[in-house]
Amino acid sequence: MTRLSAKTRATPTAYLFLTPFIVVFAISIVVPLGYALWISFFRKQMIGGTVFVGFGNYLRALGDALLHDAVLRVIVFLLLQVPIMLGIAMFVALAIDSGRLAGSRIVRIGLFLPYAVPAVVAALMWGYIFGSQFGLAGQLFGSLGLPTPDFLGPNLMLASVGNVVTWSFVGYNMLIFYAALRSIPTDIYEAAAIDGANEWHKAWFIKLPALRPALVLAVIFSVIGSLQLFNEPSILGQLRPSVVTTSWTPNLYAYNLSFTGGQTNYAAAVAMLLGGFTVVVAYVVQLGAMKRGRLL
Amino acid sequence: MNSLAASPAPVHRSSGLRPRKSPVLTIILWMLLAYFMLPLCWLAVNATKSNVDLFGTFGLAFAPSFALFDNIGQLFAFQGGIYLRWFANTILYAVVGAGGAALIAAMGGYALAKFDFHGRKAVLAIVLGATAVPGTALAVPTYMLFTRWGLINTELAVIIPALVSPFGLFLMLVYAQDAVPDSMIEAARIDGAGEARIFWTIALPLMAPGFVTVLLFQLVATWNNYFLPLIVLNQSDKFPLTVGLSLWNKLANAGGVNLAQPLYPLVITGSLLAVLPLLVAFVFLQKYWQSGIAAGGVKE
Repeated sequence: MTRLSAKTRATPTAYLFLTPFIVVFAISIVVPLGYALWISFFRKQMIGGTVFVGFGNYLRALGDALLHDAVLRVIVFLLLQVPIMLGIAMFVALAIDSGRLAGSRIVRIGLFLPYAVPAVVAALMWGYIFGSQFGLAGQLFGSLGLPTPDFLGPNLMLASVGNVVTWSFVGYNMLIFYAALRSIPTDIYEAAAIDGANEWHKAWFIKLPALRPALVLAVIFSVIGSLQLFNEPSILGQLRPSVVTTSWTPNLYAYNLSFTGGQTNYAAAVAMLLGGFTVVVAYVVQLGAMKRGRLL
Repeated sequence: MNSLAASPAPVHRSSGLRPRKSPVLTIILWMLLAYFMLPLCWLAVNATKSNVDLFGTFGLAFAPSFALFDNIGQLFAFQGGIYLRWFANTILYAVVGAGGAALIAAMGGYALAKFDFHGRKAVLAIVLGATAVPGTALAVPTYMLFTRWGLINTELAVIIPALVSPFGLFLMLVYAQDAVPDSMIEAARIDGAGEARIFWTIALPLMAPGFVTVLLFQLVATWNNYFLPLIVLNQSDKFPLTVGLSLWNKLANAGGVNLAQPLYPLVITGSLLAVLPLLVAFVFLQKYWQSGIAAGGVKE
């Protein structure tokens, strides 16, 4: 593509076109981020007002047992939920792509529809289904004469949150994988067929490698989403406040510190730490993927 | 960035042989589909039930009496009709936010694709880097800054952040590169057309499919947003549906059953009405979200 050659050089028009984006981007992202960093170095005190404490808030966060528990919880969540979600998504994408599925169009649309449902409504529906008052799950278990597991209890709450998130995002990830599969040129399959490859060979040696970039992207998005978990647990927590504590996830913790605890400066430090941690994890995932790619 | 990334129609494999359908695979996938449809079916069925039937009848069966219109009537009347206010707020936030975001992204993407200027690479790098920043880190400072700027409890507090779509900017950049020929811009300039006019009458129509994709995804993001409005709004007449429904759910669980008005049927009916517009839009605008995802997935 020879796009640079015909380009107009250094014109004020370009800046004018770009200005609206830069302005809203600065107001919504750059300035708040800088501000968060700034206030995270201060602390409000009863005596003496707001004082500079350097990395004091960060040191406190690193030693905060509540934060440790919250981070551990979302890490457990991401190690369990992300593989299940992406596994289902990949299975469905491969199944649709194989052409051996009847009614694949309906399956594709049906699985994607939950993406259009707000997390609040998704959590409400599943929360009511799992709930003890008029819950469908209880009715089904009851009709079979079985005791109903307490889906919103302390042991299963994390799994229930995982169920809601999986329900919401399998379709989205499936379509990302499916798009990657559709972009494989036909002649590769034809060449493989001539070499005597069967469907399994094709899946293993052609399709899975072709899915790698999409998979890396999906993993990174899912990791970011898991570490930021907020909507689903906070709605399910309304149904069972005793289970979802104010520090159940790091994001809930930062929110509650700031909006009910009045500890804004500390909340900013927690948020910055969580943000930094997320970026590092996403970066490691990407690095790992690149390294693996070279080895293969 | 791969120039093929945004081609709306991916390569289709249409080589003659069609594989036999597999009954086992079909059954597995249809069971999975049933699981994904279950909550929505449950919601639709239970929106037709009175409070007594909600508690007294099986969750996936219709009750003898059909109370959907009763529920809707009560929903629209409860607390002085605030649900309709939430609905109107949601439409306002989503339409202005998504429309503005798509336009801003189209202008920016066009500038990045068709002009060479100082700081072009820096803009790209900063925007790309910012996509990795979690929204969490922004919530608390956004609240504090918006308080300081007098934006808390205003429509702008929800709309301004909704105008930012880094994904949209990149998608429009790719679209502008592929769909708007440089020669066309040059010819228009020679004919004496101004830059703004070139953008509106030549570039934007050519970028329309990408524009609609960005619009659709940002519409969903804004319509479904909960965290940001929860933080920057504290008067219920400014709430979008998500925050309002969550408030009612909290009330219902905190013994709202004892109120004169049973709240669960309202939350359930209100949820159904809140998701319908987007579900309908997604079924009818399939080609746009599919091409958007194809572009997003192949991008890197």
